[in-house]
Amino acid sequence: MSSITELFAYDFFQKAFLAAVFASISCGIIGSYIVSRRIVFISGGITHASFGGIGLAFFLGFNPLVGAVLFAVFAALGIQFFTKVAEIREDSSIAIWWSLGMALGIIFVFITPGYTPNLMSYLFGNILTVTTAELWWMFLLNVVIISFFVLLFNKILYIAFDEEFARAAGLPVSLFNYLIIILIALTVVLNIRVVGIILILSLLTIPQATANIFTNDFKKLLLLSSLFAFVGAIAGLFISYFLDIPSGAAIIFTLVIMFGIIRLIKHFLG
Amino acid sequence: MEPLINIQNLTVGYDKTPVLEKVNLEIFENDFLGVIGPNGGGKTTLLKAILGLLKPMSGEISFRKDMDRRKKSIGYLPQVRHIDRKFPITVFDVVRSGALMQNRTKITGTEIKQKVEEFLEETGISSIGNKAIGELSGGQMQRVFLCRALISDPKVLILDEPDTFVDNRFEGELYKRLSHLNKSMAIILVSHDLGTISSYVKTIACVNGDLHYHCSNTITQEQLNGYNCPIQIITHGEIPHTVLKQHH
Repeated sequence: MSSITELFAYDFFQKAFLAAVFASISCGIIGSYIVSRRIVFISGGITHASFGGIGLAFFLGFNPLVGAVLFAVFAALGIQFFTKVAEIREDSSIAIWWSLGMALGIIFVFITPGYTPNLMSYLFGNILTVTTAELWWMFLLNVVIISFFVLLFNKILYIAFDEEFARAAGLPVSLFNYLIIILIALTVVLNIRVVGIILILSLLTIPQATANIFTNDFKKLLLLSSLFAFVGAIAGLFISYFLDIPSGAAIIFTLVIMFGIIRLIKHFLG
Repeated sequence: MEPLINIQNLTVGYDKTPVLEKVNLEIFENDFLGVIGPNGGGKTTLLKAILGLLKPMSGEISFRKDMDRRKKSIGYLPQVRHIDRKFPITVFDVVRSGALMQNRTKITGTEIKQKVEEFLEETGISSIGNKAIGELSGGQMQRVFLCRALISDPKVLILDEPDTFVDNRFEGELYKRLSHLNKSMAIILVSHDLGTISSYVKTIACVNGDLHYHCSNTITQEQLNGYNCPIQIITHGEIPHTVLKQHH
């Protein structure tokens, strides 16, 4: 136990802990929305497309997260555009942006002279190397997401549940959809440092699946998902530290085990 | 008398293909209009145009001045099959969302809450207020969505096939309730079940690419043949029904 308290004395561990808190809240809320609206695949497309931006940033030498944000938002709007205006099937247009982003990322990384040391941490995440600047951005994102959902909770819920009814009632449905897809893009990118591009979908879906065992109320789902994401992230963080394995993978593994155990308990206890 | 809804020469459809052409229709207070017609004939398209979900390609839909300008004082019950039953939302929240259709007059959160509770009570479903919609039977779902449509005190109630997935007993209750509601609001009811429709509605519109209006609720064989309405008259053991007059 004393070693745990000692850990908190380390600067890198304090930052990792804060990153876990911020990641759980943003992923808990945005993930619940994604799961409820069945747009997990869109979110996967946005996430992977952001790799193109990371590659571009490596090549031109600017902050990879800025590149990722640009590509993620661009892909989010691009998917909508392909589906609605160019009339390509939605799942196909998602796949196009998904693979295009990854392909661009690989090309940029390949033509960047020298070795790109951080590449793995963007693909698989490393919560132990999150910087203070990144923490501030994550904090800001949390403030935006929480305010958005607290102030407009009912409208978000009604639009998510029955878009047509909300439209008939005169709510600005398209505006809401664009705002939320941008929030999804930002959430994905700012949490890349925690679990990485390839693993981020887990934080957006597994805690929600666990929370869904207990509740079918959207508001409770948001809160419980954040809680389960937090427990998983912290437990994963410790496991990663003490077993010396990559943090992103440890967090996902913990989340899945937690879901499995709770689901089994629920099954046997009714 | 000025109509609540006045549809003039309306052409409407999806993308650039019109589904309905040159439709004229007036809805007056206390009307009870049954809309029938084949699948793809434009029944739902007509409703969507009235609700403002589809923009007219030509023609016009106008509303009486006292109908709220944006929300048009319309209650809407969509086809329940379009609802995602796994969505994490409670019965209470579904009904409360109907207050979105409320007139501009300010109404507080507590008032809405009280009203939702009253409506659930009245409809006999107050015990399931905290249940998720996924746990409901077809009849309960229908009642919940009817509550949602009614909570905004609409002047016009629009129902899109409310009799699908519902058992006979509930269907009877529903139509009895509609007859009662009809005293205070106009009703537009889309149905594929002509047998039931003709015993409750006052007038009938036959929609198949265009619209033919009949000022009575009896359907003649000529109408059925002429407008290709694929109608089967099904006898319901427990539901009152009318045998239609032979056309001379």
